Amino acid sequence: MTSDTDTLTAEDPITGEEIEIPADVEVGEIIDSPVTGTELEVISLDPVVLEEAPELEEDWGE
Amino acid sequence: MRVGVLYSRIRKDEKLLLGELRERGHEVEKIDVRKERFGLDSTTAAVGDLDIVVDRCLSTSRSLYATRCLDSYGVPVVNGPETGDVCADKAKNSLALAEADVPTPATEVAFTKDAALEAIESFGYPCVLKPVTGSWGRLMAKIDSRNAAEAILEHKETLGHYEHKVFYVQEFVDKPGRDIRVLAVDGEPVAAMTRSSDHWLTNAAKGGETESFDLDERATELVEKASDAVGGGMLGVDLMEVGVEAEADTAETGVDADGDGTADDYTVHEVNHTVEFKALDAATDVDVPARVVDWLEAKAVELADDGEVVV
Repeated sequence: MTSDTDTLTAEDPITGEEIEIPADVEVGEIIDSPVTGTELEVISLDPVVLEEAPELEEDWGE
Repeated sequence: MRVGVLYSRIRKDEKLLLGELRERGHEVEKIDVRKERFGLDSTTAAVGDLDIVVDRCLSTSRSLYATRCLDSYGVPVVNGPETGDVCADKAKNSLALAEADVPTPATEVAFTKDAALEAIESFGYPCVLKPVTGSWGRLMAKIDSRNAAEAILEHKETLGHYEHKVFYVQEFVDKPGRDIRVLAVDGEPVAAMTRSSDHWLTNAAKGGETESFDLDERATELVEKASDAVGGGMLGVDLMEVGVEAEADTAETGVDADGDGTADDYTVHEVNHTVEFKALDAATDVDVPARVVDWLEAKAVELADDGEVVV
């Protein structure tokens, strides 16, 4: 679902709207929804599937 | 080489690392630890013919168990589980630094509210209370009064998790509005930056402003010693300047106690084992991902020479 060379389109899992995401995203990458600002995780690339990213846990960090 | 990357979340840091690895023609095996199982002598993760595995787990618990398992199978993994074990726990971290004669803030550990209050009173106000595990400045408390101490200790005692009943009390170091983050590989500094803020927490994750920093001989020496103290690897060493006072209007420049324009010394407050470097890459002229991959390439050769057996 490549819309041009720089972006892909995918369904925002929160709103159901079609959103554009960078074409070089990785599986596992976290992106901000351009609609709601919610953190979304890239689950797969073909097809592009996004899910709401896991919430911060206490042992996350460096 | 074939490089495994343990992860559960691809941040900008991992993106930079993956980009550099691929650009150099290395084969990358991304290992999402959430999807794998780790047995006593093998794993579902495809680690069989990897030259090296890099731990980039965001979750400390996953990092510790996954690296421990891979190490047990003979899979070369950085940072190793021993380093992670020391760095993931602030009490162990402080002890390791003290044992290696690396200056580090005075610290006491207590197991009850009453004993913790005694520790706090002995340090005087302000002092600092930190969780033994955690990062990004979460749940850190600068305690300014006995009333505050009693309230915070009560909250921690009722939080539930047993780790909150390990009270890690530390002297408050009156740093000059900034601390120093150094990324080092086996003790050799790659890049350094200051993190400045009007808030007492200056972490980049807390919005501290970053600026490139030139390490002097003493700081370089301490970074090497701190790295050795925790077992080496790719580390984020955090230092504070001692004997430097911030000017009233800016944290960028300091006025030191003896007037020679530099810090009298440093104190190392923490060493981080799954270091983030995107802020460092942006703040300095150093190509941090390139230097990290340089080190990984050398490390893979070193570990192969050491006879690590890949399952």
